Amino acid sequence: MPKLAVKILITVLLGGFLGATLVRLAPGFGVDEEDLDSRLSSGSRQALRETRAGDGNLFVFYFHYLNRMLHGDLGNSRTLQRPVLQLVAERLPETLRSVALGLALGWSAGFLLAVAIVMSRAWYLDLLGSLLVGVLLCLPAAVLALLFVLAQAPARLLLGLVVFPKIFRYSRNLLSRSSALPHVLTARAKGLGNMRVLVWHILPTAAPQLLALLGVTVSFAFTAAIPMEALCDLPGIGQLAWKAALGRDVALLVNLTMIVTLVTLIANSASDIVGRTFRTSEA
Amino acid sequence: MKWARTVAIAFLLAVSAACLLAKVLAPASYAHQFREEPNAAPSRQHLLGTDDLGRDRFARVLYGTRVSLLLAPAAALLSSLLAAFIGGIAGFAGGRVGRCVMAGTDLFLSLPWLFLLITVRALLPLNVSPMVSVLITFAMLGCLGWAGAARIICTDARSIAQSDFILLARASGSSGFRLLWRHLVPNLKPVLYAQFWISVPVFILTEANLGILGLGVAEPLPSWGSLLRELESFSTVSSQAWQLVPLILFILVVSSFHLVLSKEELPV
Repeated sequence: MPKLAVKILITVLLGGFLGATLVRLAPGFGVDEEDLDSRLSSGSRQALRETRAGDGNLFVFYFHYLNRMLHGDLGNSRTLQRPVLQLVAERLPETLRSVALGLALGWSAGFLLAVAIVMSRAWYLDLLGSLLVGVLLCLPAAVLALLFVLAQAPARLLLGLVVFPKIFRYSRNLLSRSSALPHVLTARAKGLGNMRVLVWHILPTAAPQLLALLGVTVSFAFTAAIPMEALCDLPGIGQLAWKAALGRDVALLVNLTMIVTLVTLIANSASDIVGRTFRTSEA
Repeated sequence: MKWARTVAIAFLLAVSAACLLAKVLAPASYAHQFREEPNAAPSRQHLLGTDDLGRDRFARVLYGTRVSLLLAPAAALLSSLLAAFIGGIAGFAGGRVGRCVMAGTDLFLSLPWLFLLITVRALLPLNVSPMVSVLITFAMLGCLGWAGAARIICTDARSIAQSDFILLARASGSSGFRLLWRHLVPNLKPVLYAQFWISVPVFILTEANLGILGLGVAEPLPSWGSLLRELESFSTVSSQAWQLVPLILFILVVSSFHLVLSKEELPV
């Protein structure tokens, strides 16, 4: 547990440094509207430039950036002219709701279909599932979002559709592999029912890897949130990131990327811990 | 499934040939405007009709597919080479060097892919020619898409570095570059080949996502992203079903890339 916390901290610090470097290198860095204000005298403009002179050094800039971040100041959005923290606080709940719903739907549909195929061993179900997943894997999230708008379908379901094929394919492969293990075959030969074989013999073997997948799918869902929110007009951080990218608002983009990275890291670590605990209790 | 693989390869070859012969097959350049016939229905002159600017859609599909089919594999090659270099060094060197390189890879992997791409895209100049914008987009994909593959290659390189034949080669006096070039790289070829084929459809899908969001290849040069963005004109799609042809071709091309790798070559 402490090792994971240290890993997250180091990742965030390094990611912060990378982010600060990007902000520092971004076009327009160090240029303020005040520089163009004709009411200010050259002396005042010079004084303003001197106050920002410290930020010229990348490490000093990073130190100030980190210090501001620790005090809850993520800076201001250049395009929206508002504090980044305020924008994130307004929009993050919307994205978190979409991601949670998408994951719940994707996992229920993908996992249940995989279980049905592996347990029933029905070739037609396998063929249908594979075809559906094959088509979904070939569609970019943005096209799915456009089709959702075209069909006037609830946009929030889209993330479920993006996550579903990955979960289905991975869980079907894992469950098929587990169901072919000698102890499972023995259990079947001894006449154990399908449900008992699944719950007592197949799932425990596949569970740690499935839990690891849970963490990875959080990242998938956040990534797909950008096209979904941008094209379906949902006011989440995906839409905010898209607007920031179009307006080249690197400061806002870097902060959003850092926040999503942090959420992803926490989700990955949580699934790691649960997986490890599961393995220990199994042993 | 061998037949499916053969069909997929044949289909990809046919599409690639058609795209390379775009100049011969297309009635006009991708940017040529038939101003008197915007949004025209399919005809003998315009097989897939024209778009709202009067450009021949068939020509744009051919040239757009050419852009993706040439540059996505190029980006995949770049990312596979980067992955081979980084993963190979981490796996072969092992110890602290390996751990540090893999920690960096993990950091890279924890960054959400599309967020990272649009951040880097926002840093790059926007006022560039369409050709430069397409090169920037695919170079960015190639340069940022190596991390997942590097992890897999590192694991493989580590197991090869600990194998008996490497021990024997070391005992026979092989070291450094010779060991890497003669023994490690040839044994990494299958995994590199798999990573290359896995990356191609990923990059095609990502370019399409970026293009639809307006962050990909600049007009008038067509790409899958800009072709699929036409689906935004929802009201016309229902009455102009031929507008869905680029989408259908896209699905066929990406699924063919998925089928090129056999089941044994794919990771779980």
